[in-house]
Amino acid sequence: MSALRPLDKLPGLNTATILLVGTEDALLQQLADSMLKADCTSELKVHLARSLPLPCSVNRPRIDLIVFVVNLHSKLSLQSVEESLCHLDAAFFLGKVAFLATGAGRDSHCSIHRNTVVKLAHTYRSPLLFCDLEIEDFRAAMAQRLVRLLQICAGHVPGVSALNLLSLMRGSENPSLEDL
Amino acid sequence: MDSYDAPELTPRQDASSRLKDFFVGATPLQKRLESVRKQTSFIPTPPRRKIPQGSQLQEDVDPQKFAFLLHKQWTLYSLTPLYKFSYTNFKEYSKLLNAFIAAEKQKGLAVEVGDDFNIEVVFSTLMGVKGTQRDPEAFLVQILSKSQLPSEHKEGKVLWTGWFCCVFGDSLLETVSEDFTCLPLFLVNGAETNTAIIGTWFQKTFDCYFRPLAINAFNLSWMAAMWTACKMDHYMATTEFLWSVPCSPHSLDISYAIHPEDAKALWDSVHKTPGEVTQEEVDLFMDCLYSHFHRHFKIHLSATRLVRVSTSVASAHTDGKIKILCPKYLIGVLAYLTELAVFQIE
Repeated sequence: MSALRPLDKLPGLNTATILLVGTEDALLQQLADSMLKADCTSELKVHLARSLPLPCSVNRPRIDLIVFVVNLHSKLSLQSVEESLCHLDAAFFLGKVAFLATGAGRDSHCSIHRNTVVKLAHTYRSPLLFCDLEIEDFRAAMAQRLVRLLQICAGHVPGVSALNLLSLMRGSENPSLEDL
Repeated sequence: MDSYDAPELTPRQDASSRLKDFFVGATPLQKRLESVRKQTSFIPTPPRRKIPQGSQLQEDVDPQKFAFLLHKQWTLYSLTPLYKFSYTNFKEYSKLLNAFIAAEKQKGLAVEVGDDFNIEVVFSTLMGVKGTQRDPEAFLVQILSKSQLPSEHKEGKVLWTGWFCCVFGDSLLETVSEDFTCLPLFLVNGAETNTAIIGTWFQKTFDCYFRPLAINAFNLSWMAAMWTACKMDHYMATTEFLWSVPCSPHSLDISYAIHPEDAKALWDSVHKTPGEVTQEEVDLFMDCLYSHFHRHFKIHLSATRLVRVSTSVASAHTDGKIKILCPKYLIGVLAYLTELAVFQIE
């Protein structure tokens, strides 16, 4: 039950593995299905987990990208993600972690303010994506986006690395976020 | 991380310092225009709010006049500013609205059993329901049924009541020009058909727009904390919460009732800065309730949706329904609701 490290295993040939962490099992399953349907030149492996740390007993490949899914309707999902973040090696935050917030469309059901998640992503210097995973079209578009991110993080796209991608994505962020 | 940032630090820092200078002297309207241009949304959550202080009503107003506002369930709407509205034309507005309602009813759009068209619309000002001197006066619209015998009491039974108010609406007042009257909060008690007719008349006459004001779980937990923080000599009702568990096919409801003095004791142990409520205190207060429930029932209330909060000060439902119980904190409750209405308009 040790911290996950990004480079402690050898990469598989032409395989890219993503780990989706979140308490909303149904949404993660649907997102995983959409990702596997997206066409991609590399072989995709999707792992799902409710929280970290992951059990050591399972033999798993090297994880290239971790996406933490927070449901804005449920405070429990945010708490679970915050607790899981402690079990990650710091090297993961160099471009291999992303946050995904779902449920922002239905404001009347939200129990977490958007700014809370924005601050969380800003603290961990990782990109934050918003998507209503319950709506199929948005989910398919987000799955496509995650597949592209995953390919870059696994090193399958020549010329772009996870670290490059991180600085590219941060360039478009609102500069006044530093005031938060 | 910072050393990696070095090559891009210089141009970005220039841009951000120029933006900071711009923001310092900018009015809220300019700030909003700037955030629209940059395609970001400027919805800051205020990190702290003031606890409503008792008896903020103006001294020269008789609190008995507000007795009819209490203990009634009001449905909330947010309203955009009214164009060319005048407080002196109330008689004219009453006549026009009367005629409009009669016309609508004759069209057969709003047919009620036992309807005898003997109704009268009355506009009146509600003095004293405001936060600062800048806030416009609140006013009240009532539909009364005219009694058959004019010799008896002049005022008939009140069929429908709606009132417009603005309490501490400074952020909205700064941005609108002279012709507009800002009364962003609209509260209604009565039949839905009447609400629709009167809403249509206001929208046509003053070029405004009504929208139902829903209160989400985040704001309900703020209300719970703020109202528990209010000092009360005598508690009239237990503090009660209602959660809705999303599960198919029927949703379950979980209701949790606490003795109000226990709730106040819990709040006092969480509360640090006198006179203000912070986000951390609200979260801690709710987390204490959640963990207590979890210890006994092994149910994570934080995964469910808070739907209703009921305290001795007021009770609120997520569909936008409110009932105010305590006259001392009327202005405080209205101030928070005005803030929500202004957020929705913007």
